[in-house]
Amino acid sequence: MANAHSATITDHVGHHDHAHDHDDHHESFVSKYVFSMDHKMISRQFLITAIVMAIIAMTMSIIFRMQLAWPGEKFAFINAMLGDKWGKDGVLDPNMYLALVTIHGTIMVFFVLTGGLSGTFSNLLIPYQIGARDMASGFLNMLSYWFFFVSSVIMLTSLFIEDGPASGGWTIYPPLSALPEAMPGSKLGMTLWLISMTLFVVSSLLGGINYIVTIINLRTKGMKMTRMPLTIWAFLITAVLGLLSFPVLVSCVLLLICDRSLGTSFYLSDIYIGGRPLDNVGGSPVLFEHLFWFLGHPEVYIVLLPALGITSEIISTNSRKPIFGYRAMIGSMLAIGFLSFIVWGHHMYLTGMNPFLGSVFVFTTLLIAIPSAVKAFNYITTLWKGNIQYTPAMLFSVGLVSSFVTGGVTGIILADSTLDINVHDTYFVVAHFHIVMGLSAIFGMFAGVYHWFPKMFLRMMNKKLGYLHFWLTFVSAYGVFFPMHFLGLAGVPRRYYTNSAFPMFDNLVDINEVVTIAAIIGALAQVVFLFNFFYSIFRGEKSPQNPWNSNTIEWTTPMANIHGNWPGALPVVHRWAYDYSKPGAENDFIPQTVPLAEGEQDGGGGH
Amino acid sequence: MKLLILLGLVLLIIAVHQLMRVIELSREFKNTTEWQVKESDNLFNGKLMLVFGFLFFAFFFWQVNRWNDNSLPGAGSVHGQKIDVLWDANIYLVTFIFLVVNAFLFYYAYKYAGKKDSKAVFFAHDNRLEMLWTIVPAAALAFIIIFGLKYWNEITEKSTDENRITIELYAKQFDWTARYAGKDKTLGSTDYRQIDGGNSVGLDTLDATSYDDILIKNEFHIPVNKEIVFKMRSRDVIHSAYMPHFRAQMNCVPGMVTEFKFTPNKTTAEMRKDPYVIQLMKGINDARALRGEEAVEFDYQLLCNKICGASHYNMGMIIVVESEKDYKEWLSKQKPIKAIASK
Repeated sequence: MANAHSATITDHVGHHDHAHDHDDHHESFVSKYVFSMDHKMISRQFLITAIVMAIIAMTMSIIFRMQLAWPGEKFAFINAMLGDKWGKDGVLDPNMYLALVTIHGTIMVFFVLTGGLSGTFSNLLIPYQIGARDMASGFLNMLSYWFFFVSSVIMLTSLFIEDGPASGGWTIYPPLSALPEAMPGSKLGMTLWLISMTLFVVSSLLGGINYIVTIINLRTKGMKMTRMPLTIWAFLITAVLGLLSFPVLVSCVLLLICDRSLGTSFYLSDIYIGGRPLDNVGGSPVLFEHLFWFLGHPEVYIVLLPALGITSEIISTNSRKPIFGYRAMIGSMLAIGFLSFIVWGHHMYLTGMNPFLGSVFVFTTLLIAIPSAVKAFNYITTLWKGNIQYTPAMLFSVGLVSSFVTGGVTGIILADSTLDINVHDTYFVVAHFHIVMGLSAIFGMFAGVYHWFPKMFLRMMNKKLGYLHFWLTFVSAYGVFFPMHFLGLAGVPRRYYTNSAFPMFDNLVDINEVVTIAAIIGALAQVVFLFNFFYSIFRGEKSPQNPWNSNTIEWTTPMANIHGNWPGALPVVHRWAYDYSKPGAENDFIPQTVPLAEGEQDGGGGH
Repeated sequence: MKLLILLGLVLLIIAVHQLMRVIELSREFKNTTEWQVKESDNLFNGKLMLVFGFLFFAFFFWQVNRWNDNSLPGAGSVHGQKIDVLWDANIYLVTFIFLVVNAFLFYYAYKYAGKKDSKAVFFAHDNRLEMLWTIVPAAALAFIIIFGLKYWNEITEKSTDENRITIELYAKQFDWTARYAGKDKTLGSTDYRQIDGGNSVGLDTLDATSYDDILIKNEFHIPVNKEIVFKMRSRDVIHSAYMPHFRAQMNCVPGMVTEFKFTPNKTTAEMRKDPYVIQLMKGINDARALRGEEAVEFDYQLLCNKICGASHYNMGMIIVVESEKDYKEWLSKQKPIKAIASK
């Protein structure tokens, strides 16, 4: 597959000639659709893979939500999905419950919101929005996707093995995950999980390096760092976070593999299990937790920042206003990125870690609230006195601001170690991170899909179905996650197969039912999206060149997926991306390629 | 249940039917510009934003009204009551932020919905505003951090109370054992290699201080108004000793001894007379009656709160808080290890 056109991609100077004859350019099916090195194709590959993974993870959540709302009830659906072994008579098996929770979390966090979100939009938008022919290395980019693909396949394969997939929670704390005697999911399923995640990290690093190099080196003339759209800033900071934190996950996983297979004792000590004492002494599970959360916390922002970048762009475009406080937005993303590396201990207040260390993490964690608040207020000020165009993408962006605030404020509670004591590991936490990270990131992803669908597939998605999808999703999402706060206040621990074992939770049945019913409605609402998405790929209306009257330069390329993106010379950038409704201008948008008028100031300055 | 499945099916059929109609419609209007956002779309969605905002707040207050009384009763421990005060202060603050910011969001989303002839205001930045919403959150956070850390230090500092009672909570898949020191007031040392059928918590048989230790299953007792220091250990995987009514939680980590202390200040009997608890238990017993289960009384509960395997959901122990006299009487009836072993 490394055929002639790889030269086309990397040879930026001599590209013009190639672009003209791209129609004659010979491409086999394999090099065009399978082992493609074109950033646009790779972006579509990431997106479709992520959609498939998301459907699987969402279905899992419906299965375990049914068990939680109606414990012990028989469901033909559960039996149909899981078969007689794990869903005998339609009742979910407790081990399978834990497995579903684990794989749901793993797929959503890593495969959908990290691989899917960054992989899709970094690949699509970085070359387009900075004015590059393609990624710095098309080959590494292709590898990045295929590692992601193989890793996804391995993760899914683990669902079909005899002992079931990994089931120690997505955080896979040892010794539970290290000892096959501890649970069936810690046998082959765990091994596959570890292999899959290692490949995932390889994919993520290959992608991340590429994003950073491309953004730093391949910006077109005039695209100063301070003129880059906030999407690109978000992808850049995300890639740096990934590059610095994912290797720690690999080392963490590597030590766990050693403990599992080679008899080392990094995380194990003083254990008696399966009727015998183990030889391991001197290790500590707390070490694992430190290593894991050193990735795990930045990971939250790896998930969130691209969504924030995407919505910054969409909110500005559709409010027909410059994003409020462009530099403050960059500053707060940098601050969030930096701080995200020194807050991991807030997951560990109650692990036996020194309490003084806990206090330090309280301080650093609460600091993150400041740049987050700045971002939320800046979004709202961008809406203020705007002329809001409600595309489906804009609706999801407003939804993101709401969920970011609603989920964010409970973070202030949880970051406070004193208050965390009683809600740690309860449904209060589940509510918090699903709203602030899950909903915000998935809303950002939907917003991005609706907004850039024309760039990806050259057609438009159906607007009315988009509206329907948004409102059903938005309503049901809060219906799922808001009531969970009240389960947390009642002290319900997460990852309980059923809440019926202790009488103290008997009065919470109706909360669990509301959550599950909302989840089922929310899941059905996604059918609207899936239909709209796949239908529009083939039969959607043809898109004009710049459907949203946007300033960024991806809309200056012709509506065709051509190698090198721009026929002829690369565009030259003269201004920032946010000159919407600028006084004195004829239109309410001025693309970045329009030169500054005499006396006109760049970057939202006055006249 | 069948009804629900049926309902789901009906919804699905309706959804598919609607989809088919939409396909047909969209085919009809094929060469139009359905995707273009019109003024009517903006106004419609703007109004929905406002309506959603109202419904969202209504839903919020409905939930508070309906479900907040399911929350844990007021803390049964000295430090827990302080946590409750801090909790209330913080939760009111964040609820206020949540309501105000969402109100602004949905109101602006409604008010500034695009109209044909209107134009957005070019407003790119304002240092005073940005300063304002950097400094105000910072000040609020300073308050939160200062009080949080003050209590955190109090809660986690080493016990200096000479009358403290030390109890070990020993976790394994999937039950708890409480170990009391016995007459010599010393917990005997442990060695995990000596665990076997007769030595379930791995006591070091060479250490004579362990001979009078007392092992308790299912239900353990503690005296009111005395500082209790819990030492946590685990046999196999990480567990977490969660005692929600006391606002107490600490992980049990293999290879480590972790610690949490608190002073219970309400006996189980007192809690059962608390009006809030009576109300709470009524709700619980009503739900149980619906399922044909017998009524229960309030009990303090120890739960496992770290995923530990298939029966994680079923790993608990009841805690009884009682007067010191009752406690001593109860303890004197429990048999020390040696008495059991010599039988």
